[in-house]
Amino acid sequence: MILARVTGTVVSSQKASQMEGLKLLLLEKIDPVSMQGKNDFIVAMDGVGAGVDEIVFYVSGSSARMAETTKGLPTDATVVAIVDLIELKGTLTYQKR
Amino acid sequence: MVIGKVAGTITSSSNCIHISGGRYLLVNKCNQKGEIKNEFMVALDLVSAGFDELVMVAESTSARETPVTANKAIDAIIVGIIDVIDENDQVVYKK
Repeated sequence: MILARVTGTVVSSQKASQMEGLKLLLLEKIDPVSMQGKNDFIVAMDGVGAGVDEIVFYVSGSSARMAETTKGLPTDATVVAIVDLIELKGTLTYQKR
Repeated sequence: MVIGKVAGTITSSSNCIHISGGRYLLVNKCNQKGEIKNEFMVALDLVSAGFDELVMVAESTSARETPVTANKAIDAIIVGIIDVIDENDQVVYKK
């Protein structure tokens, strides 16, 4: 799983029919030490109801189809968790407000 | 499997993975000598790895081949803590 910040949403009106009604998120991968974005973006399906500016982690590959909301859907990236705390060497580098 | 060093822990109360007691660790990928590359990933811990320990991480579909993670949305798990790495008859890492 990879850590990322939700930077926006992606809207598509012409898409695979199974994907209708699902939220697509724009994610920017982050460095957990500095918490800065790496300017590396990905589109992922939302499995947890994440909002803009939240820190999340997503699964990629075939595991992206294992969340309840994405069973049998043509996806290779799904947000599976909203991060509350990141602890590095005993110190908090991120805490959700 | 990739080699990595445990760098920290991630806490998430809101997730759709549904593994009770699941512990997520931040892993910094390493070379064969245990030197960090500063490329981070999140992995589910199955072996109670501690901070700064060198571990093996199984990725992708293989991460779902355990009873705990079968059919769960998981693509990286820590499957072992490394004691010794031997490269060309030389011990390059020892716990």
